[in-house]
Amino acid sequence: MSEHLIEIKDLAFSYTDRPILKRVNMTMSRGQVIAIMGGSGSGKTTLLRLIGGEVKPSAGHVEVAGQVVHQLSRNELFKLRRKMGMLFQFGALFTDLSVFDNVAFQMREHTNLPESMIRDLVLMKLHAVGLRGASHLMPAELSGGMARRVALARSIALDPLLIMYDEPFTGLDPISLSVIGSLIRRLTDALGMTSIIVTHDVQESLKIVDYVYFLADGAIAAHGTPEEVKGSTMPFVHQFVHGEEDGPVPFHYPAETYRKDLKLEVQFV
Amino acid sequence: MYKRIAAGIQAIGHRAIDGIWRLGCAARFFILVLLKSTTSFLRFGLVIREIYFVGVLSLIIILVSGLFVGMVLGLQGYETLQKYGSESAVGTLVALSLVRELGPVMSALLFASRAGSAITAEIGLMKATEQLSAMGMMAVDPVARVVAPRFWAGVISMPLLAALFSVMGVFGGYLVTVVFIGVDEGAFWSSMQNAVDFRYDIVNGVIKSCFFGVAVAAIAVFEGFDAPPTAEGVSGATTRTVVTSALAILGLDFVLTAFMFRGVD
Amino acid sequence: MQRTIMDFWVGLFVLAGMVSLLILGLKVGNLTSYNTGESYTLFGNFENIGGLKVRAPVKSAGVVVGRVTDIQFSLETYDAVVTMDINSFYRFPKDTFASILTSGLLGEQYIGLSPGGDEEMLEEGDKIMKTNSAMVLEEMIGRFLFDKAAED
Repeated sequence: MSEHLIEIKDLAFSYTDRPILKRVNMTMSRGQVIAIMGGSGSGKTTLLRLIGGEVKPSAGHVEVAGQVVHQLSRNELFKLRRKMGMLFQFGALFTDLSVFDNVAFQMREHTNLPESMIRDLVLMKLHAVGLRGASHLMPAELSGGMARRVALARSIALDPLLIMYDEPFTGLDPISLSVIGSLIRRLTDALGMTSIIVTHDVQESLKIVDYVYFLADGAIAAHGTPEEVKGSTMPFVHQFVHGEEDGPVPFHYPAETYRKDLKLEVQFV
Repeated sequence: MYKRIAAGIQAIGHRAIDGIWRLGCAARFFILVLLKSTTSFLRFGLVIREIYFVGVLSLIIILVSGLFVGMVLGLQGYETLQKYGSESAVGTLVALSLVRELGPVMSALLFASRAGSAITAEIGLMKATEQLSAMGMMAVDPVARVVAPRFWAGVISMPLLAALFSVMGVFGGYLVTVVFIGVDEGAFWSSMQNAVDFRYDIVNGVIKSCFFGVAVAAIAVFEGFDAPPTAEGVSGATTRTVVTSALAILGLDFVLTAFMFRGVD
Repeated sequence: MQRTIMDFWVGLFVLAGMVSLLILGLKVGNLTSYNTGESYTLFGNFENIGGLKVRAPVKSAGVVVGRVTDIQFSLETYDAVVTMDINSFYRFPKDTFASILTSGLLGEQYIGLSPGGDEEMLEEGDKIMKTNSAMVLEEMIGRFLFDKAAED
């Protein structure tokens, strides 16, 4: 077994006949924060779902902590998922439970800890994200950034080996954004886990990550450390990092030529 | 012309296949819910919580409607029966129609629109806001943790609500005919007791409402779980819950009545 | 919402439901007159039962004492065998008379028991020997016309 927590080998996935991912290879080790970037629809979220075992690959495999995810039985998969956390785009807090109960949810479901110990643990997790004082609030009373932080506390509730973040920076003000960013870094270092961030927020993620993968059209277009990425001369990476409108990723969705669509060309029959 | 007819037939076929496919999905989901119900009974607190939302919060509408339905039955029954000089039979009329039909059916219809739609909307919204996926990623099965308790809460609440509805209805009938109109109280109760048989009428009524409870709860959780994760998706599913439940209740009612009350001897 | 308050309401709800079932049974229905296990069975052969139905009441002096539980056609005697469950509380002499009567002009039919004077009582499984069939309108009219014709 390698020291890598996650090994992705020749991973491919398609919806019916539409390929989403084709031959993706990645390795991630403990203590790393890894960003997976790419335009919308490049298959980033699908990659997370494959790692979490929500969907099965059409070829290749994902190995988490030495186990091939899609070959696990349902019970084994659920056991593995206890070592994983996932932060959804808008937090996905349980709206019928208070902040405290949200964080305590997994502890109550998966452990037989006494309520007093759960209380202490929950308050510790909430303290780590700076929201110990908000434990009695309901999710509806939280701002977007606070909800994201509670969700973060919830996903580290059982001290997972791996946390996946699906677009953690979307829709946040600059302050909340850097709070979340530094929280991800600090928690990863403190708990010795691995974080995978799926995002298209280049500036914020380059500040905190150890390694970056660029996905385009279901394949890895480029990868490297943040420094390498910033200095990269590859047209795609350059376009992405600097947010240029047109480049290898075209502005236009594939279509007939403009003139033809507007019927400006004389058609010879 | 022929093309248009062919397209029409095609559309019918498409809808029929879609409908049957959905029915199959619903049946499989129903079995899945039953299989994953162990958690609900091991941790009955989850079900109790849902009974509160599904049953207790439906009480007001059930009690008030029951009262008014009984009052109307008493009034109409009295109007008709007094022409034949048998106004003392109004108790029989009120009690039999409530216990056999109106109690189970009306309370199930009200239950579908009050609680069924709420269950659908809640599960649908949990799906739309990724709460169900999040739960799955936390290694907690959403069917066992979210769906099954709501289903069983519906199944348990329904017969109780139907019984309350019938009792309120009988009370309403009593209020109108005995207290307001002045039918003899003894005749009211004794004609009722002579005609209403415990095993035959009341137990069958309760059995009916159990069936309705299963149907409404199953439809509500399926529609919620199956709803497209968008605002329109959830609102459409909520509407479908009410409509499908109503049709299922009335259809089931006919079938059950045919089995239970066909040919007294 | 606090857990204990919710539990309280749910408990109240379930209790209310149970109580209303009980009310339906006792006040609306006839559970009070149901004494399952505390009844005995009697049989009676009737030439014609008219419109008698299963579950019809068995009355004596107007008091409900039991119910008809079964009606069969006998191939041995070619008449109707009516099975009745009588409340054990009520005992009747051997020579009790059973007749099929109608409550009111158009009401339901029931079995009326008129006790005789015998010292011995009817026991479980006994047959009532003296029975009187239901009045059938056509027969009555027929008899009336026949009598009229005989008078002339």
